[in-house]
Amino acid sequence: MRHLMNPLDFTTEELDSLFDLANDIEKNPAKYAHACEGKKLATCFYEPSTRTRLSFESAMLGLGGQVLGFSDAGSSSAAKGESVSDTIRVISCYADICAMRHPKEGAPMVAAERSGIPVINAGDGGHQHPTQTLTDLLTIRSLKGRLGNFTIGLCGDLKFGRTAHSLINALVRYPNIHFYFISPPELRVPDYITDMLKEKKIVYKEVIRLEECMPMLDLLYMTRVQRERFFNEEDYVRLKDFYILNKPKMAMAKKDMLVLHPLPRVNEISVEVDDDPRAVYFKQVQYGVYVRMALILTLLEIQV
Amino acid sequence: MLNVGKIEEGFVLDHIEAGKSLSIYHHLQLDKLDCMVAIIRNARSDKMGKKDILKVECDINTLNLDVLAFIDHNITVNVIKDGELIDKKDLVLPKKIKNIIKCKNPRCITSIEQGLPHIFVLADEKAEIYRCKYCEEKYNERF
Repeated sequence: MRHLMNPLDFTTEELDSLFDLANDIEKNPAKYAHACEGKKLATCFYEPSTRTRLSFESAMLGLGGQVLGFSDAGSSSAAKGESVSDTIRVISCYADICAMRHPKEGAPMVAAERSGIPVINAGDGGHQHPTQTLTDLLTIRSLKGRLGNFTIGLCGDLKFGRTAHSLINALVRYPNIHFYFISPPELRVPDYITDMLKEKKIVYKEVIRLEECMPMLDLLYMTRVQRERFFNEEDYVRLKDFYILNKPKMAMAKKDMLVLHPLPRVNEISVEVDDDPRAVYFKQVQYGVYVRMALILTLLEIQV
Repeated sequence: MLNVGKIEEGFVLDHIEAGKSLSIYHHLQLDKLDCMVAIIRNARSDKMGKKDILKVECDINTLNLDVLAFIDHNITVNVIKDGELIDKKDLVLPKKIKNIIKCKNPRCITSIEQGLPHIFVLADEKAEIYRCKYCEEKYNERF
């Protein structure tokens, strides 16, 4: 029995199979519409996350399965003090597979160790959010036709942004990827990541402004720059516009550059960019459902 | 010069960094063993200038060498039987350690889950970095 805790749990070959399956689901949804009939997905969300939970539920319903679960710790037995180990043993009797989000880092791993059913980490604090990374990779592979041989810019809060860290760690396994890290100095990518890139001899450049690298990018991964991350209001006001993607900045980019964003977006992508065919962040949400469908089938070992 | 007598069976832990012997005494839980222990602090050493030495008279199967290796793998472990040196153990950093150190990340599941062991995994052998198995937080303190 397999679980998914970390995007690196799967080899690149296994990811290829997963993404092939996701693309087949995209093309032939009817073929998979009854694949999980009689199966149940438990969504155990100890903290609210509407989009991720609905994405998992939509995935299971799209496969003909059923869904049960809770969407905040207050409405679960955790409020009575039940441990994660006990909860998963109980859930194992109710469902065939479990997607767990928990504010404590490593909680889904504790569940996986005690579980009788596959467990998917649907986000554990600031640690991992593997299905977001799988979503990002599937979006890139589907729309670019490859994973590898491109220049990607990651923009925004690169210090605390777990989606950005996970994506970097996943992408370094593919050949010839160049990185641009676009962030204010306060929110630069952590040293352990740049050390890893140096060790692997992967080319990266850190810049302050989006304009400095827009023409070079094949992909732009936007994340939020939160006001509370800045040391003072003055710096925030001075720097925030550097990280807002708008039409003039898009005009500097390649014709086939793609813009991704894990969402929710606040103001870092101006709504005027939404109609640009290169803005694929809503398509990315759809790929999130396909990759979760493929993941559920893979972990339940269901072949269609 | 201080003289401490020979032991019949047990260990002589030599080349302990000066000042660390008490910490090792506690982490090896020698206080819980009913055996004779000599702690020698700040002994003169050609190699180290000053060093600590621990002499423990006990069954030679009782010592947890993984704990010792984690604390300081440069320590020399001399195994004594019938008053003679029978073996010198090389210490290698253990791949995994359980319930020796605690994860200090307040966001880690180990901070709330009852009965969950604190497990650290050797993430980088060269840099001697251990990470919590659950949250992957780096363990920064050395003994």
